[in-house]
Amino acid sequence: MSWLTNTLSPVGLSWFGGFLTSSIGKKVLMALTGLFLISFLPIHLLGNLYLMKDDGGRDFNLYAEFMTHNKIIKAVSYTLYLSIVLHAIQGLLLWRQNASARGQNYAVKVTRAVGTNARAATRMGWLGTILLIFILLHMYQFWLQMKLGNVPMSSYGGEVIKDLYTPVMVAFADPIFVVIYVVSMIAIAFHLWHGFQSAFQTLGLNHSKYTPFIKFLGKAYSVLIPAGFAVIPIYVYGDTMGWWKIGCGCDGVWDRAECMIECI
Amino acid sequence: MEIYFINLKLFNFVNSSTINFSTFFAMENMHLKLKIWRQGGKFAPKGEFVTYELDNVSEHMSFLEMLDVLNEKLISQREEPVAFEHDCREGICGTCSMVINGHPHGPNAGTTTCQLHMRFFKDGDTVTIEPFRAKSFPVIKDLVVDREAFDRIIQAGGFISASTGQAQDANAIPVSKELASASFDAAACIGCGACVAACPNASAMLFVSAKVSHLALLPQGKVEAKRRALAMVKQMDQEGFGNCSNITACEAECPKGISVENIARLNREYISAAFAFEEKEDKGGGAG
Ligand code: HEM
Ligand code: SF4
Ligand code: FES
Repeated sequence: MSWLTNTLSPVGLSWFGGFLTSSIGKKVLMALTGLFLISFLPIHLLGNLYLMKDDGGRDFNLYAEFMTHNKIIKAVSYTLYLSIVLHAIQGLLLWRQNASARGQNYAVKVTRAVGTNARAATRMGWLGTILLIFILLHMYQFWLQMKLGNVPMSSYGGEVIKDLYTPVMVAFADPIFVVIYVVSMIAIAFHLWHGFQSAFQTLGLNHSKYTPFIKFLGKAYSVLIPAGFAVIPIYVYGDTMGWWKIGCGCDGVWDRAECMIECI
Repeated sequence: MEIYFINLKLFNFVNSSTINFSTFFAMENMHLKLKIWRQGGKFAPKGEFVTYELDNVSEHMSFLEMLDVLNEKLISQREEPVAFEHDCREGICGTCSMVINGHPHGPNAGTTTCQLHMRFFKDGDTVTIEPFRAKSFPVIKDLVVDREAFDRIIQAGGFISASTGQAQDANAIPVSKELASASFDAAACIGCGACVAACPNASAMLFVSAKVSHLALLPQGKVEAKRRALAMVKQMDQEGFGNCSNITACEAECPKGISVENIARLNREYISAAFAFEEKEDKGGGAG
């Protein structure tokens, strides 16, 4: 009997504790929380795309305001925080337990895989650790500052709301932050390259008519979504550096260098 | 070479669609460097690698025959022979466990060690031979590991409780071709443990899923399917095997090509059993 089984026993759910602490139950928790996080990322991405809109952050801030005040979204976001915590703790525990099940390591070991990438699949713990560090940084930098109100205020049509756009822009202008962000997106791509289809297999959803499509969808998702996130800081950083303003009409101008600087 | 031997080769030539000239000029005297894990006896209790040089290895030998030749040489030199397990030597008993150059049962797909031939190695190769490594499969000696954990998992539920007596008329229980084939594919598992040896997590899920699938797919086994899934997984967890991460190294290395589709079936069986199956204790008594 595990502590969870004991804890759930007074409410008549010791069987559920037994399920959650079984090897399959632990993985079901990983899969369900992982899939929930997967369903959230595209929504997060759509909101972030406002950052690329040339409106001084108006739409982005209105969107952020809406997200923090809508009741349903609040409920969903608490489920999301819980999912991240459970997924991270369970993932790290599984990582440790699985690493110790071997006992002694092989002198020569070659890991082959069928229908997934062995390199990604055997490094889920490392990839997850990168993601955990990134999520903590992310929550500290944007989420916590927003909650604490350490952000400037902006007024749109008489309504004064928090201006999250400005601190995001400041962060994205820092090349170190951009590199951390992009590396984390690469990590999530590999995490999901294996994880997306793996979650379905864990839930027992393996069927010759659907699994090939799930695998395809997983690959498309794990490339497109992280790429979509990564493009934004690169775009913003490039914007501040003037990378995208090539047609300034300075060619042939007498003082070309000065013209370019002015243009940027 | 004897005449008989050459005739046999000619016969092969006539029958084979691909003409392989190496069958005419067989490699009879390969030299191999064998790096073998030795543990116990006069070797370190925690184990160590010992390197042996072996000459005159014929490509027609099986891997185990090659080890037999090594052992004869060691015995003639009054050295301790290498302990390894074997029984049927025809790929059906599952005892010939060892990891060869990083692959359980060697690098070839769908082949047990006893069925692996030396023609897949080259003159001068270094071959590293280790025992299956898992906390739940402790080394007994050299390449021999204790796989009783698998027996205990089978004892927990890998059977059907059928009364003995006259076999029923086969046609009385209809089974579709698809289910019969899926069950048979799972039943091909020889319980060798290569899945555990190959899995980076030392998970026994492929083995357990093969046994659960084999029985759950047929009418006779379906009756106890839920109870079986719960009991076998419980025992598997108690034995200390790792958890499945769906890496699929097990399927890639399984000498019988057992598919991870069986693991998905085990997950389905287990999840539905955990949520919906009412386990009733047998209180004894009853009529008669
Ligand atoms: C917070 C940091 C994270 C950590 C520490 C972490 C860790 C892990 C680990 C160790 C696994 C492998 C579990 C196993 O198969 O044994 C895993 C699987 C998975 N992770 Fe994460 N992860 C993190 C974040 C994420 C995020 C942000 C997502 C989705 C957007 C995600 C989605 C998944 C999915 C879908 C799986 C596959 C579940 C399965 O195989 O059934 N993870 N994670
Ligand atoms: S599933 Fe394959 S590798 Fe595992 S015990 Fe059965 S035959 Fe051996
Ligand atoms: S000795 Fe029986 S399978 Fe190899």
